[in-house]
Amino acid sequence: MDRRTAISRVAMILGSTIIGADLFISGCTNEHTEQVQAVLTDAQISYLNEVGETILPKTVASDGAKAANVGAFMKIMVRDCYSPEEQKIFFEGLDALEQRCKKTLGKGFLSCSPGERQKLLIGLDAEVKDGKKRNDLLQQKEAERQKSSQAGGKPNYLKKTPSTPYFAMIKQLTLLGYFTSEIGYKSMGYVSVPGRYDGNVMKA
Amino acid sequence: MVENTYDAIVIGSGISGGWAAKELTGKGLKTLMLERGRNYEHIKDYKYGTKQPWEAEHRGSTTKEQQKTYPVIHRGWAANEAVMECWVNEQDSPYTEIKPFTWWRSYQLGGRSTLWGRQSYRWSDFDFEANAKEGWAVDWPIRYKDISPWYDYVEKFAGISGARDGLAHLPDGHFLPPVSMNIVEKDVASRLKKHYKDQRHLINGRVANLTAAIPGRTRCQFRDRCWEGCPFGGYFSTQSSTLPAAMDTGNLTVRPWSIVTRIIYDKDKKKATGVEILDAQTNQTYRYNAKIIFLNASTLNSAWVLMNSATDVWEGGLGSSSGELGHNIMDHHYNLGASGSIEGFEDHYIYGRRPTGFYIPRFTNLYGDKREFSRGFGYQGGASRDSWSREIAELNIGGEFKDTLSKPGNWNIGMTGFGEILPYHENKITLDAKRKDKWGLPILSMDAELKDNEKKMRSAITMEAANMLDVAGVKNIRTWDSGHAMGHGIHEMGTARMGLDPKTSVLNKHNQVWDALNVFVTDGACMTSSACVNPSLTYMALTARACDFAFNELKSGNL
Repeated sequence: MDRRTAISRVAMILGSTIIGADLFISGCTNEHTEQVQAVLTDAQISYLNEVGETILPKTVASDGAKAANVGAFMKIMVRDCYSPEEQKIFFEGLDALEQRCKKTLGKGFLSCSPGERQKLLIGLDAEVKDGKKRNDLLQQKEAERQKSSQAGGKPNYLKKTPSTPYFAMIKQLTLLGYFTSEIGYKSMGYVSVPGRYDGNVMKA
Repeated sequence: MVENTYDAIVIGSGISGGWAAKELTGKGLKTLMLERGRNYEHIKDYKYGTKQPWEAEHRGSTTKEQQKTYPVIHRGWAANEAVMECWVNEQDSPYTEIKPFTWWRSYQLGGRSTLWGRQSYRWSDFDFEANAKEGWAVDWPIRYKDISPWYDYVEKFAGISGARDGLAHLPDGHFLPPVSMNIVEKDVASRLKKHYKDQRHLINGRVANLTAAIPGRTRCQFRDRCWEGCPFGGYFSTQSSTLPAAMDTGNLTVRPWSIVTRIIYDKDKKKATGVEILDAQTNQTYRYNAKIIFLNASTLNSAWVLMNSATDVWEGGLGSSSGELGHNIMDHHYNLGASGSIEGFEDHYIYGRRPTGFYIPRFTNLYGDKREFSRGFGYQGGASRDSWSREIAELNIGGEFKDTLSKPGNWNIGMTGFGEILPYHENKITLDAKRKDKWGLPILSMDAELKDNEKKMRSAITMEAANMLDVAGVKNIRTWDSGHAMGHGIHEMGTARMGLDPKTSVLNKHNQVWDALNVFVTDGACMTSSACVNPSLTYMALTARACDFAFNELKSGNL
């Protein structure tokens, strides 16, 4: 990695600006005195492997997120790399996901069929995308506000920005965990020691 | 005390320090190389470079703890799990920012030579003559002809790959075969050549990666994981290149954990007699004596050592009689450029991972081009296909989503500008009178910024990048300018510049401190201007040149 790939790599590490990018960049952290859960239990890891498998399932071409054990990867990332604010959103999100499932499908996520699981997550993903669009708009408005010389009396749009949606976190960790796993790398045809460079390979 | 006496002492073990050690030991001088940080052994200590990428626990991400320990490194792109231990602990070694300054430090054997970007370009007389022609700052005391044979010399040993492009403003060198461009870059290069009537060039990046084996080192394996440590020795670093050569002579002693606190100066002889060090682990003080001293502690820390030396003679330290020590800090300003997508190559793929990309050399204020700013800028860039981290508008989850992401996406191309920063006397570093580091030593205070010339240049950098992409048929072009704090280019230069006059420069044309001729400074501190091309190859050449001069002077009894 170096400067040439820096921008895309940073975007990747930060989760394409999804995972708590605002918090990360500004470095602002609210002091939470309450104890929040920071480490996933084995049951939660299994649960997240099922959620991950719905996002990136096994196909003819390659194994899925469950085989790559993205749940175990999430445990490490949430414990070590998430701020307390992000951990709170993540763990509350696990409950919210289960509640949402029960409300819309009448049963828990693990009792749902693959089709039902998919339907639920497609809905959540659409909400994340809508939220991101709204967020981008607010960011734009806030940038304009800050540029304006009479910024004083106007609202700070970013303060209205909704917190990072939990499903964005789960999806991002699934993608990151899968594609940086051995299974993920191999699904992309990764060669550990290429030995040469060919900048024009034609595939049949 | 006999065991504490050497022919030569080298302070620092990075790119230039490693070269000094190799050259001096090669000439038969018993040499002590002092490194302020830990030992970092070739291959054995490369924690990640010998593993598979999926074996890194956080797959490259840094932890909350690391974010706290290394806040400066987290300002840029280099905060990566695989190299965090190579960066300095910022809590132990703070610095003061009067104006924002991003200082990338690696306090370990080899310094930043294991981490560097490896881009290696010669400077030309357009660079060495610029100050004199414009009447800006002071003239370089050397010209291209003085350094050209030394570029040859260091290129042959370090191993630089590149094509002979025949450009007077970016002279060709002794190159190994170039790392090839990909199909898209070749297409863009030919379009630019045609449109700009051979006045602009998109060329192979010239890089210190071996495209052919040289004695003791295996050629590059195209893993593009250089900075994690290369078990093949595929790129130039102290560890892979200069250190083994110096060790082979039997004349080198390496002492890690050795913070040089001052150069000991004999005011009667007007010479340095040795150095004083603080052992970073035991806090014990030691003295080492030598006939000559090479100061290669990196630009800002070399100035720091001088500022703390001979203060009984000069309040501002050794070299301060000129009034220029710590002044004229330069860098290359970047964090801006343009990118876009390119169509028509969907059936073309890439095999292997290059350790470089393309380079577009400076074209402003050259050959009749005239701008509202002086000097110029170059670009580094590359074309590639999108990876799994792209967004796919029409897919959100599921098997098709996964299988699509597993395959390369659209082609895109991007370039980042690197602009020259003029030497300004008022851009300076000083010792902070109030704050100390973990060892109770004074710390540096940074007071430097971009000025009008650089700001004007930045508008041109993004505009010209977008123009060139447009000419090349690139779509969805976007430009970015994320601003630039001094130091962020990791090309800090100046602080102890070379010159023709001891009243206006710290070093003479042989990199000798005017006030102590047996002290040589050959890292970035010595630079009189910054040019816009990457400076490391020039540090190597200047170091080899100064070592040769120092040895001859020593032999002649002049030092």
